[in-house]
Amino acid sequence: MKFSDFVATDAIRAHVAAGSKEGVIREMVQALVDAGRIAAGEQEGIVKAIMKREDLGSTGIGRGVAVPHTKHPSVDRLVGTVAVSPAGIEFESLDGEPVHLLFLLVSPPDRPGDHLRALENISRQLRDDTFCRLLKAAKGPVDIQHLLEEADAQGVAS
Amino acid sequence: MSGITTCDDGRDGSGGSTAAERATLCREVVVANAHGLHARPADLLAREARRWQSRIELVADAQRVDGKSILEVLTLAAEAGTRLVVEATGPDAGEALEAISRLFELKFNEHDNERNS
Repeated sequence: MKFSDFVATDAIRAHVAAGSKEGVIREMVQALVDAGRIAAGEQEGIVKAIMKREDLGSTGIGRGVAVPHTKHPSVDRLVGTVAVSPAGIEFESLDGEPVHLLFLLVSPPDRPGDHLRALENISRQLRDDTFCRLLKAAKGPVDIQHLLEEADAQGVAS
Repeated sequence: MSGITTCDDGRDGSGGSTAAERATLCREVVVANAHGLHARPADLLAREARRWQSRIELVADAQRVDGKSILEVLTLAAEAGTRLVVEATGPDAGEALEAISRLFELKFNEHDNERNS
C-alpha cells in the first residue's frame, strides 16, 4: 500500500497549532472533515475512539513518530492524513521523546488487513532517517505531499 | 520446550566462541489474533524481545526483521494466520523463545470481538 492510497492530500497539515495529544488529534480529524473525508457529525465520536485507543498504550512508536488510529463504522475505506509539529508534542511515546510526525488513520471495522498494510508502509518509510528529517523540515503541505509521492515512487523501484 | 529447534542456516561455524554461545534457536509461531500484528501487539513483542540479551529476529517468507524494533516488526504487516519463525541467538535464547512464543499463544491478550484496535 502507498501513501497515496490512504492520505487525504487536502487534509495534510505542516504546522499544527495544538500542543497537546488530544489537541493535535482533534486538529487532524477536523482536517479530514474539512477535506470531506469524514462526516462532520462523526467527528466527536472518532476523536473519542482514538483517545480511547491511546489509553490502551501510546501510538507514539518512537523516532518522533505517532500513528493515532481507530476503526470507525462511518468510513467505508481507510482514510488518513499527515501532520507535522515543529515544536513537538508530548505523546507518552514508547521512547519518551516528543512527537513531530503524525499519521492518523481511520479504518472500516471489517478491514484489519488494510490497516496493517498502511502501518507497514508508514513504518518501512520511517526507517529512512532522511525521509523523517525532510518531513520534519517541510515548509508547507505541498512539500509533505511531494515527499510522500517520492516515497511512493521509490517503493515501486525497490 | 516443544517446538524449539536448532536452526541450521549456514551462518555458524566461524569465530572462537563455543557452539552453545553461537547457536541460533528457532521456533515457528502463528499470528492468531484476529487483527494481526498491528501497533499494540508489535509493541508488546518488541518490549518482550528487548528483555533478553539474545538477538531476536522474526522471519517471514522473504523478510527478516529485528524483533526488538517496533518499526521493524510493523513492516511485516503480518495478518491473522501468518506463520513466522522466531530466531534467537545468544546465551538466553531458549528462554527468550519460550517467552515470545507465549505472547503469540495468548493472542497478545486480544479477543476477537474487541472493538478497539
